[in-house]
Amino acid sequence: MSDPKIEGYQFKPGFRGMVDDTASDQTMFKGVHWGKAMMWIFLLSDTFVFSCFLISYMKGRGSTPVEWPNASEVFGLHVFGVDVPLLLIAIMTFVLITSSGTMALAVKYGYEKNRKMCGWLILATAIGGLTFVGMQAFEWSKLIHEGVRPWENPFGAAQFGSFFFMITGFHGTHVSIGVIFLFIYAYKTFAGHYDEEKRGWFTSMKGNYVEIEILGLYWHFVDLVWVFIFAFFYLW
Amino acid sequence: MSDELENKSGYQAQSSETVNEYSGSAVGDVDYVRPAEVSDQDLYHGHSFITKWVFCQDAKVIGVQYFLTAVFTGIVGLILSWLMRLQLGFPGLAGFMTAEHYYQFVTMHGMIMVVYFLTALFLGGFGNYLIPLMVGARDMVFPYVNMISFWMFFVAVAVLMASFFVPGGPTGSGWTLYPPQAILEGTPGSGAGILLMLISLSLFVIGFTMGGLNYLITVLQARTRGMTLMRMPLTVWGIFTATVLAMLAFPALLVSSIMMTLDKVLETSFFMPTIIKAGEVLGYGGGSPILFQHLFWFFGHPEVYIVALPAFGIVSDLISVHSRKNIFGYRMMVWAIVGIGALSFFVWAHHMYVSGMNPWFGFFFATTTLIIAVPTAMKVYNWILTLWRGNIRINTVMLWCLGFIVTFVNGGITGIFLGNVSVDVPLSDTYFVVAHFHMVMGIAPLMVIMGAVYHWFPLVAGRILDEGLGKWHFWITFLGAYSIYFPMHYLGFIGVPRRYFEMYDSPYMTSGVGLNEFISLAAFIVGAAQFILIYNIIKTLKTGKLAGKNPWQANSLEWQTSTVPPEHGNFGEKLPVVHRWPYDFSVPGAKDDFIPQTVPPSEVIDTEVEKT
Repeated sequence: MSDPKIEGYQFKPGFRGMVDDTASDQTMFKGVHWGKAMMWIFLLSDTFVFSCFLISYMKGRGSTPVEWPNASEVFGLHVFGVDVPLLLIAIMTFVLITSSGTMALAVKYGYEKNRKMCGWLILATAIGGLTFVGMQAFEWSKLIHEGVRPWENPFGAAQFGSFFFMITGFHGTHVSIGVIFLFIYAYKTFAGHYDEEKRGWFTSMKGNYVEIEILGLYWHFVDLVWVFIFAFFYLW
Repeated sequence: MSDELENKSGYQAQSSETVNEYSGSAVGDVDYVRPAEVSDQDLYHGHSFITKWVFCQDAKVIGVQYFLTAVFTGIVGLILSWLMRLQLGFPGLAGFMTAEHYYQFVTMHGMIMVVYFLTALFLGGFGNYLIPLMVGARDMVFPYVNMISFWMFFVAVAVLMASFFVPGGPTGSGWTLYPPQAILEGTPGSGAGILLMLISLSLFVIGFTMGGLNYLITVLQARTRGMTLMRMPLTVWGIFTATVLAMLAFPALLVSSIMMTLDKVLETSFFMPTIIKAGEVLGYGGGSPILFQHLFWFFGHPEVYIVALPAFGIVSDLISVHSRKNIFGYRMMVWAIVGIGALSFFVWAHHMYVSGMNPWFGFFFATTTLIIAVPTAMKVYNWILTLWRGNIRINTVMLWCLGFIVTFVNGGITGIFLGNVSVDVPLSDTYFVVAHFHMVMGIAPLMVIMGAVYHWFPLVAGRILDEGLGKWHFWITFLGAYSIYFPMHYLGFIGVPRRYFEMYDSPYMTSGVGLNEFISLAAFIVGAAQFILIYNIIKTLKTGKLAGKNPWQANSLEWQTSTVPPEHGNFGEKLPVVHRWPYDFSVPGAKDDFIPQTVPPSEVIDTEVEKT
């Protein structure tokens, strides 16, 4: 199935009309590519995964008998002789949010069939994601160097390290998977696969610029999750 | 849509629709169906043995693969239950059976039957086979990912089975895998066994997510022309809603599996409190075992409905077809399915009444639990009212459906006992609980599976299963299952605790010993009777009566395919156009007692069909 057409479908007015449109034949989301709908449902499911992680974190932090480490001290950086709390994390967040912007632009240029701009912007997004993962690796190694382990740490409750490594690790895996796909999509864009509707290597389905928007949805979601992780780990 | 594309995609109006869809003259035509919104699906057809039968992208083949793999694990689960019953009925008869083995068999039996057998069979098996056919799609929307889904499931099963062969054997912590005991030394299989179980569950969740996305989007975005939501067969509604539940409930299982894996491998303390073992303090501390229970049951309770809702949907269709009557209260049935699905997320802690909760929580969860009885009872009434004054065909399929209603009502009523905190506390962890959940989510869905196998086998294989063998199979299973589980209620009332390896000379068991032997004998017979079905299938494949097209005179789209069994792409040149719901049976004034969904209104003008 390639791009959907909704010519000939007249949306009906009012609440009753909305119900009728939803329950009508063929598609529930008129004019929405199936892949896009699929990504939205996947993200809903993934939201539950991250919610379970973060609720477990809240419960773990709330019920541990030992005091929780102070975030602004643990995550602070010592630069030019001053202690700056949350410096690295601010840069990481900035980079990731910026990459969301380039991703959105890539989608726009994709739909305008501007192959070059689209490709460069996807590449920029991928590099932003890579930078984020790199800085996360730096932060992990710094914490490990200071003695933070999944099972213990010198600053307070052992669960701090457990939850931190597990949840940022799980998020980092999401970012890394996204980066891999961004590089693949950048290649496919530059090579013109989406213009000539070339079939996928594995799926043998015809390619289309919609795919970039679908990947974009995933990328924005990963960014949004980071905002929550940021709030829960670094600001609480 | 250009004419050229329309010709290529085979979406031309059917012969009865002679109007031009674009000229505007169609408005007054009774047979008018809106033109297609999307162009026809472009399918990958396999060319070799590998791409046609092994790594196949056809949802029907994937469905059969799921089915066979699930049945294989189910037989393993059945053998484990035999071994358990052997020990309980005749302690010491099987020399190799130690208490450790018994716990391992209990655990593996539970996990296999709930997750790897029932869930995989209903959603992976029936879901894959029936959804595209019933909604009039050529295939699932993303066949490649659908294929990967099956192979993830296959690997998950392989990992699970591998745990039988690792040092220490499979985990013996009960299917709920409660920490801290699940990963502490002293519990059977606390080494590699539990680890493989957790990895297998994670793989299952990932694989299921891939399939589940396909089921949902195929239903939402790939229905054929005229197939509105309220014209879908209830089978599709049941599987669809169950998949929604799975997509939202399995994340909790995935997260708890990951956390427990870390507790085991890296000695983190997510779920582990401070533990003193033989005077020595272990490395754990500060975690919360109750957190695991919440996560597990947030998955575990919707899981019950992931199994039950497809069964509800399928049995509704079977009852309607074989009593030649429209399903009573179709819309009510749909909303009951959706309502049960929604409510199932707010009842999980009724599994934890004895875990130590604030009493007000128990009050809340007892209330929500009992509210679920309302939509469920509505469904039971509607099944009975569908049968009421129907032209019932007492064939094997119908027998299984009737068996389902009886066992389901029985198991549902004991559920009301257990849903009340004050009644649950004395009954929890007794055989009453075992009897309840086996009746309601073991035997009842299994009856539906059996009915569905007898019903759809002619579609899958083109031959009708032997009725005589089928009736033997039904009666032995039905009476046998009652012989097993009905006495267990009594054992529960006299206080026999479950999961005990042996009762020895316990005062509980003075009146229960003979009963236990009887239950075990019945279990052996019922288990053996299931092989009648396997024999029936093999015999039918060789010499069975050819089914031809639509042997049950059903209305839904899966029986309207161009070939039986349907080929890849399901419907030949043109996708079917739907004009009605699938329940137009015994319509007054109609020539036959059924009007398939594809029959246009102009052909049945003088009949009193439902307006759908």
